[in-house]
Amino acid sequence: MALLQINGLRKSFGGVRALDRVDFHIDAGEVVSVIGPNGAGKTSFFNVISGMYPPDEGEIVFEGVDISGWEPHDITRGGIARTFQNVRLFPNMTVLENVMVAQHCRTRQGMMPAIFRTKAFRQEEAEIEERAQEILSFFGSRLVGYRFDQPAFMLSYANRRRLEIARAMATQPRLLMLDEPVAGMNPRETAELTGLISRMPAERGLTVIVIEHDMKVVRDVSHRVVVLDHGVKIAEGSYEDVSNNEDVIEAYLGRPAKDRA
Amino acid sequence: MTRGEFDLRKVIRAGLITGLVLCFIAAIGMVEDFDSRMMVTGILSLGFLALFWYVPLAGYNVGKETVLEGMEAHPPTRQHILAGLLVGLIGGTVLFGLVLVVHFRDLRRVFIRLSPLLVELLTFSDNVANPNLGRGAVALIGISAALGAIGGALHLVSPVLRRRIVVAPAAVIAFALLEDVVGQILRSFGLSSLVRQLYRNGAVRLIPAIVVLGLAFYLAGRERKETSRVRDFLAAEDPKQRTKNSLIVGVIAAVVIIAAPWVLGSLLSEILATTGIFLLMALGLNIVVGFAGLLDLGYVAFFAVGAYTSAVLSSPLSPFFKPEWPWWYTLPFVVVVGVFAGIMVGTPVIRLRGDYLAIVTLGFGEIVRITFLSDAAAPWFGGAGGIRQIPGIPLGFDTISGSDPQYIFYFAFALLLLAAWVSHALLNSRVGRAWTAMREDESVAEVMGIDTVRSKLSAFIVGAVLAALGGALFSAKLGSIFPTSFELLISIVILVVVIVGGMGNIIGVAVGAVVLIGVLGGPRQPGLLQEFGEFKLLIYGVILVYMMLQRPEGLVPSVRRQRELHQDEFTQDAWLDKAGDFTEPTAGGS
Repeated sequence: MALLQINGLRKSFGGVRALDRVDFHIDAGEVVSVIGPNGAGKTSFFNVISGMYPPDEGEIVFEGVDISGWEPHDITRGGIARTFQNVRLFPNMTVLENVMVAQHCRTRQGMMPAIFRTKAFRQEEAEIEERAQEILSFFGSRLVGYRFDQPAFMLSYANRRRLEIARAMATQPRLLMLDEPVAGMNPRETAELTGLISRMPAERGLTVIVIEHDMKVVRDVSHRVVVLDHGVKIAEGSYEDVSNNEDVIEAYLGRPAKDRA
Repeated sequence: MTRGEFDLRKVIRAGLITGLVLCFIAAIGMVEDFDSRMMVTGILSLGFLALFWYVPLAGYNVGKETVLEGMEAHPPTRQHILAGLLVGLIGGTVLFGLVLVVHFRDLRRVFIRLSPLLVELLTFSDNVANPNLGRGAVALIGISAALGAIGGALHLVSPVLRRRIVVAPAAVIAFALLEDVVGQILRSFGLSSLVRQLYRNGAVRLIPAIVVLGLAFYLAGRERKETSRVRDFLAAEDPKQRTKNSLIVGVIAAVVIIAAPWVLGSLLSEILATTGIFLLMALGLNIVVGFAGLLDLGYVAFFAVGAYTSAVLSSPLSPFFKPEWPWWYTLPFVVVVGVFAGIMVGTPVIRLRGDYLAIVTLGFGEIVRITFLSDAAAPWFGGAGGIRQIPGIPLGFDTISGSDPQYIFYFAFALLLLAAWVSHALLNSRVGRAWTAMREDESVAEVMGIDTVRSKLSAFIVGAVLAALGGALFSAKLGSIFPTSFELLISIVILVVVIVGGMGNIIGVAVGAVVLIGVLGGPRQPGLLQEFGEFKLLIYGVILVYMMLQRPEGLVPSVRRQRELHQDEFTQDAWLDKAGDFTEPTAGGS
């Protein structure tokens, strides 16, 4: 059974069909890229899965449960985490705090234990911090040490993207959705992150959906590629299949003049 | 126009603004009201202080320039003095214009405080009927110009000397204004004769004033050695030594707290107790607004609920509930009702954001007050007549009520410690992190797995419980409560305390409460400076506007909020953008 199975997903904003009967599935351990020209509905696809917008129609079945219409925090607790295309960290919290706060749905100590500083509370706090440090160390030395206590807004652009991924990983998801993870990174940083994404299924037990414009990254990380255009899925398959698909080329480059006559 | 050159338009504008400020202060009657309150015997009255304080400030500010990092500051010149002088001159002239208008035209039907008495005061005459206008003009404009020039001259002296020059007169003024406190403390150590030598009718005598001036001048020049020494003492390297040192400091602090109300006497203890109750509410509101970012304008509702719960359960006159429990027994119910009220108010409004939340909570605050006031609920809450004969706090040997402000202070202080600990413990916990995240970006917090509805509700509940406990103490202190004790103004004043003190910072909120409630006084409660009674809210407003313009993060800001408000100054790109406005591209060059 697929980890995530989406059938006939539709979402319109006024007259705009952002998603039009999209079917999609991903198996545990897979890395799938979602590509398409600007405005194709890729980010809307993430927004609907993560619960920020309820779908108009269709079902989203995650691990056998239909989660369409759930609140975002319930979906996150259910095991789906995401990052944002325009990095949205908690800018005035420190690097470590950003990752600690994301463990909210995996921890349980409430106000009373916090006020009385019970043993269970102190233990859980220590675990939260330890786990946060461990997750940050996934990115090598980029976000560790003195960076722990730096406010997030002071980070470089690439580090903000890394921190956002770390924050999403801290919710302990099974499915991780990355929205243009390498946008704005230089070639070396891109290669480094590409390597990390490829390692995620094996080392972290994550299944990953990536929205990406950088075709080199798409080629290197994806087991499978899904192409959206105007909210419709126009192609699906391996990178080679998709890159030779005429519909896809047309969506990106337009129709050759001779066909138009 | 290059920066640093003499800018006549700027000077004239500052002068006219100064003139307007002076006219405003004169027109609201501060000069007349405060004229009889002398600060330094025979030299300075509070009236003239209230009028002229602005002139040196304006004279200083007109010469101030923003120096960008990496750019050279223009060295101060004598033009700064000239600019300050002109500002004072223009300001004084405008004020004298007002004096002339008032002298020849009776404006009292509109501006009731613009009276012949004001003319007499501002022309330094002794004769109300026939003031000496010529001499008055010279004196008024001359003083104003001189003060402006002094303000401007502050640019020319070294920063240390500037601090000395500013601090020394301020110390004398504080010494005079705090005559009640200083006098009371000295008297409780049996030094009544010293008090008589220091003060006469509330004013400092000349020689003590000079001594204070000199002492402050000397002390202000030193670096802050004492505070850093205490800090070093507390942060000793050896952990054993550190524990010992903190214990010593803790014991000293405890002794000071326990002794304070007795040294300060009942009048000052009353002010302390009031400050404590307001601070308790401010700490509660700080959790709601400062930590969770929910603007609650009806916060007084929870205070009222706590006060009424305690009153109904304990007063023999409350018609509804007979068992007249002692105050202690009502506390658990106050907490439970506080939680309940937090849920009741919180649940319907919590899905709203920002401005909408503020407006709806404002409405809820009024609904609570009007419910207590209504005739329909009069059998339970006494309507406009309120609830009287609330027995106070039984303590075995005695019953503590409003007539023992010293004991009320202890109770307030104990509750404050509780509130401060709760705030601190919650902020540094899973719940507190969720609040912070929610305040930074609510929709992202939701996507990161935080149940924002639940988090907001928990902030509302903690805030409500703290306010309700404050209300319970308030009712025991006053002995009778009325719906009018819980007006909207209290919510606003508490919010101002939180904002001015430093939203999100416990120490900051405490400083805000001491400055605003303790020194100036609450909406109906007197503060240390009882002189300012009727101008209190005006001063609140001035402080709030000034803080919003100059220091929006508050007196003692939380680190996070300071970052938030000055983020673009930290990031280099923004700084480069700003610098770009001033560096003009040089064509050609090398």
